[in-house]
Parts: sequence; structure tokens; C-alpha cells
Amino acid sequence: MSEAVSTERSATNKALDNEPSGFSGKAYAICAGGIIWREALRFLHQRERFVSALVRPLLWLFIFAAGFRQVLGVSIVPPYQTYILYEVYITPGLIGMILLFNGMQSSLSMVYDRETGTMKTLLVSPLPRWYLLVSKLAAGVAVGILQVYVFLAIAWFWDVQPNWIGYLYVLPALILTGLMLGSLGMLLSSLVQQLENFAGIMNFVIFPMYFASSALYPLWRVQESSPLLHTICLFNPFTHAVELVRFALYQQFNLEAFLIVIGCTVFFLGAAIIAYDPARGTIARKKQG
Amino acid sequence: MAPSADVSKRSAPFALDVDGVSHSYGARKALDDVSFTVPQGSFTALLGPNGAGKSTLFSLITRLFNTRSGEIRILGFPLRQKPTEALRRLGVVFQARTLDLDLSIRQNLTYHAALHGIGRKAAEQRIGEILKNSELSERLSEKARNLSGGQLRRIEIVRAFMHRPRLILLDEPTTGLDIKSRAEIVSEVRRLVEEENVSVLWATHLIDEIDASDRVVVLHRGTVLAEGSVEDVTEAENAESIHEAFTRLTGLARPDQPKQVETLA
Repeated sequence: MSEAVSTERSATNKALDNEPSGFSGKAYAICAGGIIWREALRFLHQRERFVSALVRPLLWLFIFAAGFRQVLGVSIVPPYQTYILYEVYITPGLIGMILLFNGMQSSLSMVYDRETGTMKTLLVSPLPRWYLLVSKLAAGVAVGILQVYVFLAIAWFWDVQPNWIGYLYVLPALILTGLMLGSLGMLLSSLVQQLENFAGIMNFVIFPMYFASSALYPLWRVQESSPLLHTICLFNPFTHAVELVRFALYQQFNLEAFLIVIGCTVFFLGAAIIAYDPARGTIARKKQG
Repeated sequence: MAPSADVSKRSAPFALDVDGVSHSYGARKALDDVSFTVPQGSFTALLGPNGAGKSTLFSLITRLFNTRSGEIRILGFPLRQKPTEALRRLGVVFQARTLDLDLSIRQNLTYHAALHGIGRKAAEQRIGEILKNSELSERLSEKARNLSGGQLRRIEIVRAFMHRPRLILLDEPTTGLDIKSRAEIVSEVRRLVEEENVSVLWATHLIDEIDASDRVVVLHRGTVLAEGSVEDVTEAENAESIHEAFTRLTGLARPDQPKQVETLA
């Protein structure tokens, strides 16, 4: 019976050969645009998320830094050329913190999307899966960078006033840092199955990364008090992301930090793409629906 | 009764060709050497009780995970080697709701179109085309959250048709809906299938959703027990109705079935 059906349909099948195959560059652009646009819409709809994303670093800047600056004298360390206020020192660290929280939050939304099923909509798209994931990542980074610039604008009134050109120089550093932290989050999101587990990862990833870094205190200070902690800080990619941002904000290029951040980004992103790969990935091993 | 294995060698591709597919979760075998086809233009019901392996099969066909043994082809394109070509010809309605409730209907639909590389203008046009004469066309700006379960489902069906697929998969699309919404969904899909000339694989455990002219594939405990037209399958089992045939095949006393069968036929 299927024989008859096949012959009957062969006319329809001929048309198939004339159909376009593959996707144009424009289609790729539309796809990435759609993913970024959806992420932006979601972000704007969650006003509390935007507010809390801003309040968090501002609290550190207004309160923590004000209290801490008497305790901790910061000597002249590159890239700074004069004595600086602690507020100025901590700003790149707070930028890193914004991107760190944002990276983890967008991967949190991926776990959420997986639980609600909206992730399926994304993964069933015919475009290559790595492209979908990178677009998703880019969407998160765009949202994070928006937060950083709003924060920097407010910090300007708080006497954190780098040269205006520093605001431009810092952009590539922000993109790179955002990609690194976002792909780390994406990798973590593929490893946890439920939102509840993710809360733990937030605690075990965000806080250690943030505190064991050069975000709050210069590394020479750390070395004075604990050589072990100093070593840990040096192995923390977040330290290098913060330094990359710090140098860029003062129009300097920190090659070592740059290479480390690039390397970590490639590693995390590669691992995340493999994890989301239908053949090898961790999601393939889990029972769905 | 068992589908022939040399199906792929024919020149005319089936809309869907599932060829010797097995899948296990750890030690538990969810699908065991499953083979069947959906000829182009056909409405094929994948009939099976809960836990028969329908959802696993759908995850494989939609490439949420890869087929490890056996092969799946969509319009002749092997899913493993040519996922892009296969997936672009496929539209899916998942069992779980997958609309973004915080976004409007229009935003949900244009997002989906974007995922298929379709721009906003073309998407708007397509929405108008599918939703002509439908009261849903007036609610496009509303948030998905404001819609009833049945309406959400219908929007998901519209979404599945957005990119002009040639094969539509529906995984128990009427689950959790009341009788009226179920009837609407069934007739809506049948109307679209007619208008757009697509092929359908409709997974269900509700026999009353099947028409006499449909094809059926009976899946039970991960294996295909029967495949063919409603008539053939009924005859092969010496049964009075497809319902009886299904009951015999699966050895179930009575499959889940609502009482108001007649109102839907």
C-alpha cells in the first residue's frame, strides 16, 4: 500500500529538489536578532531584575566602599598613575560582578526554559545548535553590558570618572568578560537539571569567584596576608576578567589577562556546546517529558 | 503488517520515515527497533497508551537528542546527517506548553519565525494568512498569559505552521483540554492540513480523535504492533472497530476514552 502512495506522491517530491537548501546570511542574522530581541523583552518585563541588578553594585559602591576605604589604603598599582580612592579601585570589580550575576542569571533562565519547555522551541530551530547557543549567549551579554553602562553613568556622579575614551576602550573587555562568564553559566546550566540545584551553584560559584579575586583588594595585599589565597586568586579566571576591564578602563591593554580570558571563554563555550549537543551532551542522558 | 525495511531505497521520500529506531534511558528500553512511515499527505495517528514511548520518539524526531541506533528521515533528509534540511521541514506541537507567557501572542509567533530565519514582515503576513477568519487574530497583542488552555494550544498549532513545514508532529495536543476545545483543535488541525497540504503525525491515546480515513501506527511498550489504514488494522485484528483492535493489540482492558465520542466524530 505504501508503494502506491509513494508513486502517487512522486510529483510532489519533485518540487522538493527546487526548494532552497541551507540558510542565507540574512536568515542567520534574523535568527540571532530574534533571540536577542526576546531576551531584551524578557529583561524589560522583569523590572525587578533590572533594579536589583543595579542596586547590588551600587550598594557596594556607596556603602561598602565608603566604609572600607579607611581600612584599606590602596597604593599606586598599574594601571593607576596616582593615589586613587577605594571607590575607583573597586569599580572594575563591580563591573565584573554585574557581568557575573548576569551571566549566571541568563543561564538560570536557560534552566527555567528547559523546565517550562521553551528551550525545546529554541533547540528545534533548523539553524545549527552552536549558533543558537552563541546567539543566546550574545543576547545575555548585550543585556549585561547595558547594565554596566547604566552603573558607570551613576558611578560618574560618585567621583569614579575615568577618561571618556576609557568608556569606549572598556567595551571589548566587557564583551569578552560577558562571553566568558555567560558561557560558564551556560555550561553549568547544562549540568544541573532543576532550578533548585542551581541555587546551590550560584552560592558555590558566584561568591567564591567574586571574593577570591582582585575585585575587592589588590593581589599584592592578598599575598601579604595569605600566599595560598593569592595563588587561588591567580587561578581564578574572574581575577583576570576584572584586570582586563580595569586596564581597559584606563586605556591600557593587559595581554596576560586578555589571553587567559580568551582561553577560558573558548574552553567554557566549547564545553557548553558539547553539553548541549544532541549526540554527546548531558541533556541527551536525561529523561525528558 | 510490519513496515518493510527497504523503505529508504524508494525514490519518493516519505514525509517521515522512522527506520529501526531504538532508545534507552540507562537500562530501561523506551523504544525497541521502531519502524514506521508517514506517507506524504497522510494523517497518521500514533496510537499508544501512556508510557508507550511516544514522547521519547518525539524527542528523537525533533532532535532534542540524537538517534543512536536506527535512522529517522524527514522528507528524505536523514536527521543525523542533514539536521538543518530535516528540521526546517518540520513543525512541532509539544505536549507541554512552550509559549512564553510573558510575551504577547504576536511576539511569540515572530520569535518562532525568527528562529527559522523568517523576518518580521513575512511573519506578520503569514500570521494573517493562517489566522484569517479566526477570532484569535484580534488577540495578537495580548499576553499569552491571558489566553485559555485551548487558545494557547491553538496558537501553538499556528506557530508550528509558521514556517510552512511539510510535516507536522503533534504530541497529545488535546491533553488537559475540555471536550469543546478538543473538538476545535482537531478540526483546526484537519482544516490546516487540508489547506496547506502537509503530512501529520498525531500522537494520542484517544481513539475518538482518529478518522476512518486516517492511517494508524500502534505503539505499545516501545514496539510497533500494527501499522496501516484504520480499515486494514481493524481487519487484521478481526475486530469490529479500531477501538476494539487497539484494545486487543495492547491487551488493555479499556484505553482511556471519554464517553462523548459521537459528538466529536
